[in-house]
Amino acid sequence: MAYMKRSPWIIHYDGSSCNGCDIEVLACLTPLYDVERFGIINTGNPKHADILVVTGSVNEQNREVIRNIYEQMPQPKVVAALGICACSGGVFRECYNVEGGMDRVIPVDVYVPGCPVRPEQIIDGVVKALGVLEEKRARMKAGAPAEATV
Amino acid sequence: MNVLYAIVFLILAPLAGGLIAGVDRKLTARMQGRVGPPVLQPFYDVGKLLEKEHVIVALSQNYFVLAYLVFIAFSGALFFAGGDLLLVVFALTLAHVLLVLGAYSATSPYSFIGAERELIQLMAYEPMVILAAAGFYLATGSFYVNEIAAFPRPLIVLLPGIFVGLFYVLTMKLRKSPFDIATSHHAHQEIVKGVTTEFSGSTLGMVEVAHWYETVFLLGLFWLFFAWSPVIALIAVAILYLAEIFIDNATARVKWGFALRSIWLVTLVLSALNLVVLQYFGGL
Repeated sequence: MAYMKRSPWIIHYDGSSCNGCDIEVLACLTPLYDVERFGIINTGNPKHADILVVTGSVNEQNREVIRNIYEQMPQPKVVAALGICACSGGVFRECYNVEGGMDRVIPVDVYVPGCPVRPEQIIDGVVKALGVLEEKRARMKAGAPAEATV
Repeated sequence: MNVLYAIVFLILAPLAGGLIAGVDRKLTARMQGRVGPPVLQPFYDVGKLLEKEHVIVALSQNYFVLAYLVFIAFSGALFFAGGDLLLVVFALTLAHVLLVLGAYSATSPYSFIGAERELIQLMAYEPMVILAAAGFYLATGSFYVNEIAAFPRPLIVLLPGIFVGLFYVLTMKLRKSPFDIATSHHAHQEIVKGVTTEFSGSTLGMVEVAHWYETVFLLGLFWLFFAWSPVIALIAVAILYLAEIFIDNATARVKWGFALRSIWLVTLVLSALNLVVLQYFGGL
């Protein structure tokens, strides 16, 4: 039975975001968009989470934090990079302190660009992430590692 | 003692408890102006947790959480079989102590704070629950649930103070605001997830199922106050739970000190008054 898609719990980590995308992520939880319709809960705990939602770019200070959160999440898990900064570093890409997008540190499954991302796009991205999550669950069930390529 | 009721409880209570939790989440969402998840969402959640990788922080936590589930189910089954209310109360306490041990077995500061707060909760509500058992005894002359349930007069009239005190404590037992200091069902992120922080996958699923068992048991406890008429009891229990959902949505979490003090004060004043009146004027 595939309950995985029906109950995705997310953990939100704000890299060096300007808070624009974070506010849009929180907007998804408000009555207007209400992602709990889809069983999505915003947990503050990586050990309970299925989807890591990251905003902002990677810099020298948050690199270890992101990796730490990612590694604490039990498989199957997916990462959704929300906003252009999380996807590639955005306008901050060339800054001396910015490493780039989230995929420089952890494997990212879904890229949702935008500055900031719209709540509709976030929901669409998370729904795409559910497909990846389901694939990983099926792979795990077959006895293979959840991640296709390491 | 009726073993059949115990078996029915063990099979049906998770279903009923999960449904209650689903309706709870739906009503909570509606109170906040949201659509809310499907009513079956708690079952999806637990199904999902069983599909997750089993990450173990400390091996012993598995046994403690399993024992927690077993003792919660045991105390509920004993209650519905018509067993000794005191034994039910102490088995429930033991269950929660096992949960605390499970949280302590992972050396995590968040889990530790959650475990300590769970102990504070135990300390806060335990006197009220024990005094409620004493109240039932004073009113009916028996600690046995089947004899209390068969009492011909409405117990709510004899034990109004105990009833209000127990209702005050119910908020904490159901892990609802303002007394959800150890862990909460909502997306509140205070102190990560409290006592359940270090549990994941099927271990967390067991904690959820234990909570369903406990919900049904607690509603059963309130049923006793109205047991002379099952129809009124059903309506009363439904209203009580709706009131809890409303309180949960209308209040903010309090500090543990206030929770402890106010619960002890309510316990001391209401249940003591009730017991004294019952002891000296009960025969009138």
